[in-house]
Amino acid sequence: MDFVRYIGGESIGILSRIGRLFTFLVYAIYFSITPPFKIDRILRQIRFIGAQSTLVVLLIGTFTGMVISLQGYHTLSRLGSEAFLGPMVALSIMKEMAPVLTGLMVTARAGSALTAEIGIMRITNQIDAIEMMGLNPFRYLIAPNMIAGFISLPLLTGMFDAIGILGGYLVGVKIFGLEYATFFGEINTYVWVEHLMEGIYKSMSFGIIISWVSCYMGYYTGSSGFGAEGVSKSTTSAVVLAAIMILIWDYFMTAFLF
Amino acid sequence: MIELNNIHKSFSGHEVLKGVSFKVEKGEILVLIGMSGYGKSVILKHVVGLLKPDKGTVKVDGLEVNSLKKNALADLRSRIGFLFQGGALFESMTVYDNVAFPLREKARLDRTVIEKKVLNVIDQVGLSGAENKYPSQLSGGMQKRAALARELVWEPEIMIFDEPTTGLDPIIGHAILNLIEEMHKRMHFTGIIITHELSRVFKIVNKVAMLHEGIIIETGSPEEMLSSKNSLVRQFLSGDTEGPISFR
Repeated sequence: MDFVRYIGGESIGILSRIGRLFTFLVYAIYFSITPPFKIDRILRQIRFIGAQSTLVVLLIGTFTGMVISLQGYHTLSRLGSEAFLGPMVALSIMKEMAPVLTGLMVTARAGSALTAEIGIMRITNQIDAIEMMGLNPFRYLIAPNMIAGFISLPLLTGMFDAIGILGGYLVGVKIFGLEYATFFGEINTYVWVEHLMEGIYKSMSFGIIISWVSCYMGYYTGSSGFGAEGVSKSTTSAVVLAAIMILIWDYFMTAFLF
Repeated sequence: MIELNNIHKSFSGHEVLKGVSFKVEKGEILVLIGMSGYGKSVILKHVVGLLKPDKGTVKVDGLEVNSLKKNALADLRSRIGFLFQGGALFESMTVYDNVAFPLREKARLDRTVIEKKVLNVIDQVGLSGAENKYPSQLSGGMQKRAALARELVWEPEIMIFDEPTTGLDPIIGHAILNLIEEMHKRMHFTGIIITHELSRVFKIVNKVAMLHEGIIIETGSPEEMLSSKNSLVRQFLSGDTEGPISFR
C-alpha cells in the first residue's frame, strides 16, 4: 500500500511540475508579445546571450566545418564524389550542426548564467521585492530573456553557418586541393534558401527553449534545495533539461516540419 | 487597517502558524516580537500575499488579500512598502537606480522630479555620496538604509519592516529606528515591524504582539506588555534563559 501511495505521490508531483513548466511558458510568451516592452533590458540581454557568445560560436563553427569537411572528403573520395563536398558541408551545417551546436553552446554559456542570476534574485527576495512594488516579474525578468533568446540564436546560427562553410572550404580547397569553383558551385546548385531557413527556424525555437528553461529553473529555485545549494542544483538542472529538450525538439521539428 | 484572523500555515507537514490573529489600526505601528524561527516573517509575507494561509483570512483596508485577483493584488501591493530582512536591493543597479526604480516604473514622473525625490530620500537615510555605488560595495548598514530609502521614496500608506536592525551595530540600528519614527510622524503610515531592539522600538510603536509556538499569546501597548503577568512575555522581555521558554 505504501508503495502504491509513493508511486501515486511521485506521479502527481511530476505532473504538477510539468504543468507548472508549461504554465510558465504561456505566461512568458504572453508578456513577451504584449507591451510595454523593457527595451533597455532586452538590449542588455541580447548583448549577454548573443553578442558575448559570438566568439565561442565562431570558434566552434570553424572547427565543426573543418571536421565535417575532413570526414566528408575521405568518404566522398572513395565514391569519386568529392565534388559534392561543398553541399555536404553546407547542408550538414545549415540544417543541423549550426542550430543544435549553437543552442547547446548558448545553453552552457548563457543559460546557466541566467538561471544563476534569477535564482540568486529569488533567494535574496529581489523577485519578491519586484512583486511587492505591484510590478510583474515576468515583464521585468522573464520576457526580456525570451525576446533576447528568440533574436540572438538565429543571428548566432547565421554566423555559425558562414564560418562553418568557410572552415569546410579551408580543409576541402586549401588542404585537399578541391577546386574553389567546384566547392562553391555545387553549393550554389544544391543548397537553397529553404535549407538555410530550416536551421534558422530551429534556432528561433531553441532560443525560446533556452530562455524558458533557464528562467523557469531560476524562478523556482528553492523547490529543490535552499541557498547556494539550491542555485547550484537549479543551474545544473537547467543546462541538462535545456540540452535534452533541444535535441528532442530538433528531432520532432526535422521529422514533421522539414 | 490590517487584520489577521485565525491564520494557519504549515510547511512540509510542520505547522508554523496555529491560529494567528491580531489587528493594526490605521496609522498605528505594531511590533511583532517572539523567538527567532517561530514564523514572524511568515506572518508578514501573509499580510502582503506572498504566502497564502492554509486557513484563516488576512484583510488589508477591508480587502481580503487571499481572494484578490492578480491585478487587484498588484494595486494593493503598490500601496505597501516592504523592507526585507536582507534588503533585497537589485544587485545589478546602483543605489540611485534602486531608489529610483519604483518611481520610474510606477509613478511615471518627470525625470527631474524623480531625481529630486531620490536624492532627497538618499540624503535623509544618510547615504549622500553613495548614489553611484552598487549594493555589493556597501556595508550591511548602508544596504539596509538604501533599501529603506527605496521603500520610503514613494511614500506608501502601509509599511512592513522585517528586522530592519538585524546585523547592524547599535548606533546604526538606532539611527534606522529613528528614521522610521521620523518618517511615520511625517507620513502616518500603518506599519508592522519585527525587531529585537525592544527598548528603542517600544518608544515608537503603539502596539506589541508576541508570537509563541504559532499563536499570538498577548497583545497590548508597550506599557501593558512591560507590566504583563504572562510568564512567557516577562521572560522574553527580560531575556532570561531560565523560564517557560526553552531555547534548545
